[in-house]
Amino acid sequence: MKPPAFSYHDPRSTGEVLNLLTSLDNAKLLAGGQSLMPMLNMRFVLPDHVIDLNRVAELSYIREAAGALESGAIEIGAMTRQRDIEFSDLIRSRCPLMHEAIRQVGHRQTRNRGTLGGSLCHLDPAAELVAVAATLDASITVAGRNGSRTIGFADFPVAYMTPALGPDELLVGARFPCWRDPHGYAFVEFSRRHGDFAIVAAAALIEEDGAGKVTRAALTLGGMGPAPIRAREVEQALIGEIIGEQRLRELCEPLREVEAMDDIHAPASYRRQLATVLSRRALNKAHERIAARAAS
Amino acid sequence: MSEQRTIAVTVNGKAYAKTVPVRLTLADFLRHTLRLTGTHLGCEHGVCGACTVLFDGHSARSCLMLAVQADGHDIVTVEGLSPDGGKTLHVLQQAFHDHHGLQCGFCTPGILTTLIELLRDNPDPTEEDIRVGISGNLCRCTGYHNIVVAALEAAKRMLDHRRQRTDDR
Repeated sequence: MKPPAFSYHDPRSTGEVLNLLTSLDNAKLLAGGQSLMPMLNMRFVLPDHVIDLNRVAELSYIREAAGALESGAIEIGAMTRQRDIEFSDLIRSRCPLMHEAIRQVGHRQTRNRGTLGGSLCHLDPAAELVAVAATLDASITVAGRNGSRTIGFADFPVAYMTPALGPDELLVGARFPCWRDPHGYAFVEFSRRHGDFAIVAAAALIEEDGAGKVTRAALTLGGMGPAPIRAREVEQALIGEIIGEQRLRELCEPLREVEAMDDIHAPASYRRQLATVLSRRALNKAHERIAARAAS
Repeated sequence: MSEQRTIAVTVNGKAYAKTVPVRLTLADFLRHTLRLTGTHLGCEHGVCGACTVLFDGHSARSCLMLAVQADGHDIVTVEGLSPDGGKTLHVLQQAFHDHHGLQCGFCTPGILTTLIELLRDNPDPTEEDIRVGISGNLCRCTGYHNIVVAALEAAKRMLDHRRQRTDDR
């Protein structure tokens, strides 16, 4: 038997989960299990209590946000399986960046179990869903014993693999604002093998006016540091530009100076090179897709 | 003494009620408690794919689930693929046999269960679809080539079989 001994709880509602979180010490929440279970099997974590969220049906949903902004928003429950995100027509049409990214998350077997909330809370610096949340300026809804609160995604990562959650709090869902149609999108990553976490990933969104000038842009780099970073300077420099190969090359050049980590997978210099190249590719792909979507 | 629970699960169509430690993985439950040793354990941390089973029809790594999570659910292992309780092979297994889709056979149960779901979701896959579909299953013998050939052949046989049945009507 590989996992350490623990007490097991399988609550049926968010309220029950919060009661357990308040009353139990050293408890771990079990979502899809694709990260926690390996850590239990290797005994990297030794919880006294495991609170299994898999029977909390109310945490699984994909829906249009009621009374949302002009271009709308999608709300996804924490226990929604990555598989359900992958096959959702709503996400494919309204949030194509997430659709493209989710197909690069792990493998069929892991997406069948893995969840949105599990991925966001595990907060791997190169995780695709984390980069998507950063790009879309998602807001995270967290429930605690004193009610619920909303955290902008920019404030969600507080340190390496550490979300801004209290020990008695539960991530219940996230809201992803949609971009106006037709917008351009692309999620491009470099990994050693298909399904691995990326060494570096770039997520791009752009809107253009009738003359082809960029009116809005978002660019996120995953895998560079402890959490995904938004390339704000590049985003601002893109406004008013007409995207072309040579211009993109110039605009992405400053990314060679971005801070990056060294680890067993790649040195910082290689990550900076990837950041520059993948950003250019992602922005170019996003730009081409606006034209393609406008033509169709 | 480790905490225990009694669970009711259906495995390969057969109902079981067993009392298990809550920390027992689904993979160990299948292998040790039910003695269904067709499900193999390679890495035990969700990388190799050898322990893949069908959980309510969807492929999942059984080393990354607890047996207690299977309470009330339906599981199919490689032992459950044969259409007649082991007398004949499933079309997919026969194709693996015919095309030398395995050598040592360690990874095979996980690849078969993964492909069962893939061929159900996508009955007419491309070679690329198959390669991406089994990207979460490591095989150290075959170089994957004959696995892909066998999977494509199985898809063809299953499609032909389905067409024939439609024509017969």
